Amino acid sequence: MVYHSSLSLSDLFSRKRKDETADAGTDWPVYPTKALAKFLTSLNARSQRLLLDLGPVVGTNVNFFGEELGCKIHVEDVFKDIDQHVAEGKLDALPSFLAKRFSQEDDTVDGILCWDIFDYLDKASAQVLARELIRMLRPDGVLFALFNIVEAATKAPPGFTRYVVADRQNLQYRAYRSGRGKQRPLSPRDIQRLFEPLHISEQFLLKNNLREVLFRKPSIEKTTPEGKPASHRAAD
Amino acid sequence: MWKRDEAVKPTGPASPATPATTPAQQTQPSVPAQPEPRRHQMMERDVVNIGKSVVIKGELNGSEDLTVEGHVEGKIELRDHVLTIGPNGKIKAQVFAKAVIVLGEVNGNVTATEKVDIRDGGSVDGDIISPRVAIAEGAHFRGSVDMQRKGGQPSQGKADNAQVARSSASNVGSQPVAAH
Repeated sequence: MVYHSSLSLSDLFSRKRKDETADAGTDWPVYPTKALAKFLTSLNARSQRLLLDLGPVVGTNVNFFGEELGCKIHVEDVFKDIDQHVAEGKLDALPSFLAKRFSQEDDTVDGILCWDIFDYLDKASAQVLARELIRMLRPDGVLFALFNIVEAATKAPPGFTRYVVADRQNLQYRAYRSGRGKQRPLSPRDIQRLFEPLHISEQFLLKNNLREVLFRKPSIEKTTPEGKPASHRAAD
Repeated sequence: MWKRDEAVKPTGPASPATPATTPAQQTQPSVPAQPEPRRHQMMERDVVNIGKSVVIKGELNGSEDLTVEGHVEGKIELRDHVLTIGPNGKIKAQVFAKAVIVLGEVNGNVTATEKVDIRDGGSVDGDIISPRVAIAEGAHFRGSVDMQRKGGQPSQGKADNAQVARSSASNVGSQPVAAH
């Protein structure tokens, strides 16, 4: 019990109101997710897994995936890279930057968490990033991505969203300011083409105007006659 | 009138007969009879501080908790103790400790047997190996995290996550459902 010797009753009430306002700012909405549980199930069947998270860095997520999958998690905050390029006025250089951004070897990553990164990229950058992700993804590996399905409001301030895993079925959406807003939404056909030769194993349309997509890289049996996985041919 | 009496009451569960104490004294209420200089010596022995102006290049080994506010390049090994990198600390080293708390900058791999805690404003560029990892929202981290767990075990982290879901349940006014 804390004793406020010099506070009047009205002071106490105003203080309470102030506290409530502060709390309301951190009370972010939680939305169900269908694809995340399937993503986890796909990865659970593997051993010595490596997960690539395209950011931003969220301690809760690192803990969740570490606990849930017992895997190694590599965090590469591409959102921060976009912000930095916007701040420096070098958005044209983003595709070439993304082409050299990842140090991971080919076919080494079991799962990739893209979140909604593709909503913030222009076509050229999106193609380069998708090609890099396909290159890194192991055959039979899975990629989880969110895509906006409606045009973003022009008056809305630019910002990214931190998707914080609440549990296997729920994601908390925490918006934060950035220099880049969402770009024109990609059509389902564009999405499919962008990630070829990955195939869409699950797709969910959410009421909050997001499309959750779970991609899977064809397994090693589906290789080209030269012995290379199909993805290499597509990347070339 | 009663307000004057209440103002001098301690906020903790201590008995009313206990005299009013300063915040510094409240940190060690269980050793009131100890002379001041000896207590000071004990604190110095428990935590070693490397000050802002100190630069160490090489290997740093120890068997007590350590706080680094200066620069260290090379290797830090405190296998059974806590390493704290203060807000002014800059580490370019491989780190091995029981627990590592980062408020400054670390460039190198961090291995902890218990926990790595990157606080707001802290920065780690390197790989982390630890069974427990906490990364605050304002922290910078680039690298990988290996929690060395085999999955499926319930943990405190999951309980926290469930709490997030429950506390925000009221916000799910328009709960999205899968259309496909």
